[in-house]
Amino acid sequence: MAARGAVRGVAIIACVAVGSVAAFAWAAGFLTPDRLAPERYIAALQPPGGARIGDRRNHAHGVCVIGTFQSTGGAASLSRAAMFRVGTSRLLGRFSLGSPAEAAPEASTRVRGFAFRITAPDGAEWRSAMIDVPFFPVATPAAFLALLQAGGSKDPGAIGRVAATHPELKNFGGWAKTAPWTASFAEERYNGLDAFVGTDASGGTHHVRWSLLPATPVDSVTPDALAAMPKDFLDEDLRKRLAAAPLSWTMVLTEAGPHDDTADPSRAWPADRRTVIAGTITLTQSQDNADGPCRDVNFDPTVLPSGLATGDDPFPAARSAVYAVSFNRRTAEEAAR
Amino acid sequence: MSTTATTDIVTGRFSPVQRVLHWLMAAAIIAMLFIGVGMVSTVHPVGLALVDLHRPLGIAILVLALVRLGVRLTRGAPPLPRDLPAPVQLAATLSHVALYAAMIAMPLIGWAMVSAAGMPVVMWGGVALPAILPQSDGLHAILWDAHRVIAYLLFALVVLHVSAALMHALIRRDGVFEAMAGGSVERG
Repeated sequence: MAARGAVRGVAIIACVAVGSVAAFAWAAGFLTPDRLAPERYIAALQPPGGARIGDRRNHAHGVCVIGTFQSTGGAASLSRAAMFRVGTSRLLGRFSLGSPAEAAPEASTRVRGFAFRITAPDGAEWRSAMIDVPFFPVATPAAFLALLQAGGSKDPGAIGRVAATHPELKNFGGWAKTAPWTASFAEERYNGLDAFVGTDASGGTHHVRWSLLPATPVDSVTPDALAAMPKDFLDEDLRKRLAAAPLSWTMVLTEAGPHDDTADPSRAWPADRRTVIAGTITLTQSQDNADGPCRDVNFDPTVLPSGLATGDDPFPAARSAVYAVSFNRRTAEEAAR
Repeated sequence: MSTTATTDIVTGRFSPVQRVLHWLMAAAIIAMLFIGVGMVSTVHPVGLALVDLHRPLGIAILVLALVRLGVRLTRGAPPLPRDLPAPVQLAATLSHVALYAAMIAMPLIGWAMVSAAGMPVVMWGGVALPAILPQSDGLHAILWDAHRVIAYLLFALVVLHVSAALMHALIRRDGVFEAMAGGSVERG
């Protein structure tokens, strides 16, 4: 009787223990290699020769900037976020090139970026990483992994195969071929692309995207003229301009129409959508990427003030997960230096 | 009838407050371990939702663990069966010390790690806790490693704890399980 009970007891204990370990392994993704683990994006972002010690895994080349965001109060109708009240918030920013290689050529890297961390007087933080492309190249995080993997592939047909299953990629190709080039970070418009949900003071919700419109007049140049410019001319241009005078951008928020796609950043909303001016970003000082204050900042787009939240766009969550892996690896590298 | 007459049966019971704290925290800690490994395993928005749950749940566990430590130090625990071998008694004592240490250290390490990353320590509704460390790559690297390694060790400890509890409940039937679960020992 007791012996049979003991055998039964041991069997139950073994089942519970093995079952728990198996469930834990499943939760951690060890049993599901197809899961979209953030490490797979980081692996696909390997530049030739690997990432430089301590550098970001994408947009590795950059410049830090310091400035302010002065709110006009115009965006308060879309979000009760502290930085949208009339007033001035601190801003830490970073211009970058859209490439995982720190040595990416400034003359021919098509995508340029600007990321910011805005800190309201009450301490609330808003982080965003934006690019100068008016829409995201692909519709889903899974498609973006396929695109990154194809981009790093030696197979010349790889990108074509991604384009065949993700027709939205053609729009990016068209933009890359036809959009004018400039010779300055200051002349670019930067777009947040992802849609977020703003909550106004009365609890109403609004799907919004944001952009920064340059106050600096745009002077387009040919790719040949860019190719003739010295290495790191964009960084040097920014330093020179900021030494002479502050640079500014107008921040605008666009609200989605009732039938606009808020889940797919590859689809721009129609141009006639309601747009409000939130205020002005003014940059006063630039600092080197390697030892500047933006070096250790993770521009995680899910760091949002109360009054802004993620919505059904899956990219902010995906970017947060991938940026975290990049941050964890590069801070570990810096610590081991 | 009894074939286990030589086994000492524990009749003492943990206080109701201790039992409520234990089972509440058991659910919270097991959930926390699964949330933790799950949230870093995917870029899917469910991962972000889990991160948003992980922070406040961790702080809740820290508060409960401190309350529980206070209760444990004042109320004590029923004695283990006298016939439990000394090395097993020692293992039981040490594993409980380790469990308490992990319950208190893990939320603090997580809080410190997020602080050292320079990220806001967001709870619910836009309320954030203050940073408990300055931003630091070196501290972040150490704390991130510690948080991961201790999480796996804690999971192993929880599996061991559950296995030992079931061993008392199903095989030894010595009242140790009932001291926390309630009920009385039935022997056939």
